[in-house]
Amino acid sequence: MNVKPALDPIQAVQAAFPGALQDVVEYAGETTLVIDAAQLAKVSRYLRDTAGLIYNFLSDISAVDYYEPTGGISGRPARFGVCYHIYSMLYNRRLRVKVYVDEQDDGSNPIVPSVVGVWPAGNWLEREAADMMGIVFEGNPDQRRLLMPDDWQGHPHRRDYPLGYETVQFSFNAEEIMKHKPFAKE
Amino acid sequence: MAANAALDTSVTEWAGSLDDVKNLVTERALTGETMLLNMGPHHPSTHGVLRLLLELDGEEIITCLPDIGFLHTGIEKTIESKSYEKGVTCTDRMDYLAPMSNNTAFCMAVEKLVGLDVPERAQVMRVICLELTRIQSHLVWLGTHAIDLGAMSVFLYCFREREKILDLFEMISGQRMMGSYMRPGGVWRDFPAEFIPGVEAFLDDFPRRIEDYETLLTTNPLWLDRTQGVGVIEPDVALAWGFSGPSLRGSGVNWDIRKAMPYLGYDQYDFDVPLGEHGDVYDRYLCRIREMRESIKILRQAIKRLPSAKGGFRSDNRKYCPPPRAELGRSMEAVIHHFKLWTEGFSAPDQEVYVAIESPRGEIGCYLHGTGGNKPRRVHFKTPSFIHIQGIPLMSENHMIADLVAIIGSVDIVLGDCDR
Repeated sequence: MNVKPALDPIQAVQAAFPGALQDVVEYAGETTLVIDAAQLAKVSRYLRDTAGLIYNFLSDISAVDYYEPTGGISGRPARFGVCYHIYSMLYNRRLRVKVYVDEQDDGSNPIVPSVVGVWPAGNWLEREAADMMGIVFEGNPDQRRLLMPDDWQGHPHRRDYPLGYETVQFSFNAEEIMKHKPFAKE
Repeated sequence: MAANAALDTSVTEWAGSLDDVKNLVTERALTGETMLLNMGPHHPSTHGVLRLLLELDGEEIITCLPDIGFLHTGIEKTIESKSYEKGVTCTDRMDYLAPMSNNTAFCMAVEKLVGLDVPERAQVMRVICLELTRIQSHLVWLGTHAIDLGAMSVFLYCFREREKILDLFEMISGQRMMGSYMRPGGVWRDFPAEFIPGVEAFLDDFPRRIEDYETLLTTNPLWLDRTQGVGVIEPDVALAWGFSGPSLRGSGVNWDIRKAMPYLGYDQYDFDVPLGEHGDVYDRYLCRIREMRESIKILRQAIKRLPSAKGGFRSDNRKYCPPPRAELGRSMEAVIHHFKLWTEGFSAPDQEVYVAIESPRGEIGCYLHGTGGNKPRRVHFKTPSFIHIQGIPLMSENHMIADLVAIIGSVDIVLGDCDR
């Protein structure tokens, strides 16, 4: 079989989409390409279809929230990161493509273009991220919630979403906590 | 509701509307020509709490809409509030038929994040546990898959053998299923003296048992009728939809992470990757049956390697692994490490890693993002059941309802794994 030699994904993306590649992170032997969110769909298709890259398998989509309870976003360019873990079966290597997105100016959920057209497996993974992290995947054919009930409020995997237990009452904050406790109405 | 007057009048309490599913089912459902039927979440053949909304034309499935989330327990969120070592206990509860695989995926992610090496002996021990897990998970799959298709006795035989493996797990971890035996840096403690003889006894007995299952099923005309040509998925479609593990290999795609990207020294074991040809229920069945035989091969090699493997059962790096109890009386440093690790845990850098291993069901991936402190910022598990349930509609459309039962069984889903 005539297989083209493997291309370096960093150089290939840089050459094909000038300006789309915002950053490259190498950690523990893993390469992360930080891509401009607006060009994600194009870059994904390029990574899948170009001879020498052929990232034909989408392993995972993980969304991460950089919100810090003490303020700031941990030095990242935006609050949310969406990681696409893709794998090339032909060249047996993995790659992480990452986009950073912020909430929109009016405070509504951030928008990332969908990659369902490139890797159909992304459908539910995107729905999960949309449900749990509140990221809108523009172009995903099914925008319903996946894991949480349809009428659920909020997005549980955000870092500012409480885990669920009650804050411990001490004498200095007892009144404050009593005020917010959900008592039965008369 | 105007679209379906029949529903309006006959069921007066009906308060919902079909609008939610309007674009997801065909027009014929809205006119009442086809029927919408709930299968689950309490259906015995959905292997947990999976709900399938089926659009049926007679007994034929026109559309199949899986509805998941009934078993969502927020495991990923819970781990975010725990130190790394405590997180291991949560991972057991995801895929409760292969807890050791989940443990290992998580521990390997932690090890990669902090740069912690695992001694050779611990790696061999992990391989032994993982392959036992694979066999016991496949036994549950075979038993439930067979009982779904009406073969009662196979179920009983499989669970009899599985119980022997669970006894072995109880011996090493104190728990039949949720052992949390894997820890960052190795395993919890060394194998007790009676464990390896126990595994050997099991291995001597087990090949004969697989023969028994095969005698009951592999050439059984009823079994062939129910499984051959049912739920076919083409290799390219399976790949595009992210299938992995035996469900992918049943379609003939040779991708096993143990071979492709070896971890825990899997490259040093001699074993084959069974492949199917037709991508139907029967080929996936054959793949898993043969995989159990390959696991026996790996287990025998691992047992042989164990005495000569270097190192202990857990890393000696005291910044990450607590010292043995006996050292606490002798060394002040050991007391400090013990105290620090059990109160605060260790810190991991503000970086991200992704580790994928081959669980009995397919690729289980763990995405782990540290904060620089002692708790992770984000843990996300890519679980094979999640992906495979997504693919059930592809395989089941235009099949009979009875075939759907076979298809669900053949991709080996665990809802705890899917919903997390």
